[in-house]
Amino acid sequence: MKSKLDLDRKMVDECRLMAERIADRLHGFIVSHSTDSVERSVLRLMGLDGVDRKGTPLANIIVDAVKAAGKLNYGVAGVVADLMAAFDVDVDGDGDIQSLAGGISKGDIKVKGKVKGVEPLPPEKRREVLRPLVESGLQRIKKRVDERNALKERLPMDSGPLLYVIVATGNIHEDVIQAKSAVEMGADCIAVIRSTAQSLLDYVPYGATTEGYGGTYATQENFRIMREALDGAGEKAGRYIYLVNYASGLCMPEIAVMAAFERLDMLLNDSMYGIIFRNINTMRTFVDQHFSRTINAHADIIINTGEDNYLTTADAVEQAHTVLASDFINEQFAIKAGLPPRLMGLGHAFEMDPEIEDGFLMEVAQAQMMREIFPDAPIKYMPPTKHITGNVFRAHLVDMMFNVASMMTGQSIHLLGILTEAIHTPHVGDRFLSLQGARYARNNMRNIASEISFERGGRVEMRAKEVLKRAHDMLGEVEDIGLVEALARGMFADIKRAPDEGKGAAGVFEKAKGEYFNPFFE
Amino acid sequence: MPKTKSETKKRKYIKPYGDTINDGAVQLSFTLPGVTGELAVEAAKRLAQKMGVDDPYISSATEIGSDMTFIVLYGRIIHDVDLTRIEVSEEEEEKAPGMKAIDGMIEENLKRKIVVVGACIGNDAHTVGIDAIMNMKGYAGDYGLERYKNIEAINMGAQVTAEEILERALKEKADAVLVSQVVTQKDIHIGNLSKLVDLFDERYEGEKPLLIAGGPRITDKIAVELGFDRGYGGGTLPSQVAYFVYKKLLDKAEEK
Repeated sequence: MKSKLDLDRKMVDECRLMAERIADRLHGFIVSHSTDSVERSVLRLMGLDGVDRKGTPLANIIVDAVKAAGKLNYGVAGVVADLMAAFDVDVDGDGDIQSLAGGISKGDIKVKGKVKGVEPLPPEKRREVLRPLVESGLQRIKKRVDERNALKERLPMDSGPLLYVIVATGNIHEDVIQAKSAVEMGADCIAVIRSTAQSLLDYVPYGATTEGYGGTYATQENFRIMREALDGAGEKAGRYIYLVNYASGLCMPEIAVMAAFERLDMLLNDSMYGIIFRNINTMRTFVDQHFSRTINAHADIIINTGEDNYLTTADAVEQAHTVLASDFINEQFAIKAGLPPRLMGLGHAFEMDPEIEDGFLMEVAQAQMMREIFPDAPIKYMPPTKHITGNVFRAHLVDMMFNVASMMTGQSIHLLGILTEAIHTPHVGDRFLSLQGARYARNNMRNIASEISFERGGRVEMRAKEVLKRAHDMLGEVEDIGLVEALARGMFADIKRAPDEGKGAAGVFEKAKGEYFNPFFE
Repeated sequence: MPKTKSETKKRKYIKPYGDTINDGAVQLSFTLPGVTGELAVEAAKRLAQKMGVDDPYISSATEIGSDMTFIVLYGRIIHDVDLTRIEVSEEEEEKAPGMKAIDGMIEENLKRKIVVVGACIGNDAHTVGIDAIMNMKGYAGDYGLERYKNIEAINMGAQVTAEEILERALKEKADAVLVSQVVTQKDIHIGNLSKLVDLFDERYEGEKPLLIAGGPRITDKIAVELGFDRGYGGGTLPSQVAYFVYKKLLDKAEEK
């Protein structure tokens, strides 16, 4: 892509190199450690689902039992294989892992005693025992990928930015109604906002849910329900509809598995969001994001990153470079997990004070800069929120400026601004007005990006260059001290996070050297 | 003829103003489910009339799918309000000085560091508000309490129980406790905030710290009703909170 902004290619390459080295430095820790959630996701990949009578997921019960037996650092899969063999369980499908889990849960099978008494199987034997389960899991994911490709071919999506809206009633059945209506109004992506604080739960809730706070719980059944609804709505509308949810929190790998099994299309999956904004332990997040992104890559699921959060309290003009620096870092972690550029929905936002003279030019500069630096990524452009007050008429206008900036710079995923931002979660009429505006811009300005060039040495070019330079400098500083120290010092969003603090730290452990077993990561 | 300022003050009853005083001009918009076309227009007119909107004119009735119609209407509202019957507490709060000035005042007049403990209580994981008040960078260029030389600011983050914040406040000998509540669905914030006040009343040994509640749906009125010393809504600047705490502590000190 020829740069309209005359961006310094060398500087961009250097940013990538520095970000690569930043991610490299953590890679050793990441691959030598695992977490409770990673292990639970391994069980889920092998087909384990369900909860006990108290509502505790069986995945949690097995991992907790293996942990209590002091064997989790060998990987839960190995212990499960040993137990299955010890009970002569016929491995002919995932019913077995289900009944094994049931047995453990009811106390019929004492993992502690059993593991102490039984000689662990050699890795080859374990692989043999688990092979049907592992293959079944991988096949299930592959089926979803093939389905999606077939559907997208038959029901092509819009070529311009995809219009992304949210539903968040707390009741999945209400969400379905809102979602279908949104599709009818022209939405391309439906995201179901999760119930508040789900990110801090160290388990994934189960089943269809009808109550939530500020959103709807992410459960596999809720995914399935919404997927079915959107497939129906998509058939009617003649275009495939993306279903989006959020992996962030203490269960990133598990949500990634559920999303893969139920054919979600996009997942919020940021390498640092949980650390900075939810006070989740640093190392826990780094390990979880790696495994979950690997699953996303297999499932052809686009990851979205949360850089808009940097601008929620920080000044959008002064801190724009932190967004770009974070995008470079997120990109590198994504590469390490095997994600190709077409699955990297790196985030940026339109959050400057509308009162600033030439503020629009700066927004366009930054949006264009993102477009050029990540040409093959389905970058995610997020709408104004910080300066949106209760004056809905003005909010609607600011959202239109955002729509225009998006079209001028050829964005990929356009998260719609909504006039009632900060008043309530969208009502059906609010969403209608918002989609009406976005579709107006997308159609009326369909090909504007290919018509635009920027004044050489002008304000737009200079702004983009300045942001790139500052991001470059920041990456240099982060590289010097390492990302963990940078987070501890509060270099991102001015929020300090020490590596030994935060939720979920107890769930991180070092893999037993040479003996850790995970059939999916071989 | 344009009315003079004094004549305007004497008026007791007011109603919305379009282009003629007392025309009651209002605009309403809403979505009607399960109806479209002429029937939707008529239904909207009836609703408007029931709401006291006379002569409703449906300027647009758009079918938005799923058998729903989005209505925009204009009309003249028959109701008015008597301003003299309304009470508001217009306590004109003194504008807060900046961080440097407040730090100076604390040093000179209190001669010790102020200790502030803050958190989001209950299930709330939205720390954006408490972070804006407490973290170094603050909000909109106004520095957070962490940055004050003479304030020891302890941000406990999200999902903190009332017990945990009580223990920390006791341990740190907090002068003020800031409690943030963002989620208000089903009025969960009211329950959480009341329980906290009760807990502090029952179990705090010694002089209770100032209790301050904050959040996008919190107002001073609501907070004070629940037993807090002060309540703050969205857009509050850290210096406002710092100044309030300082002034209150100064009052207490001067009383002794």
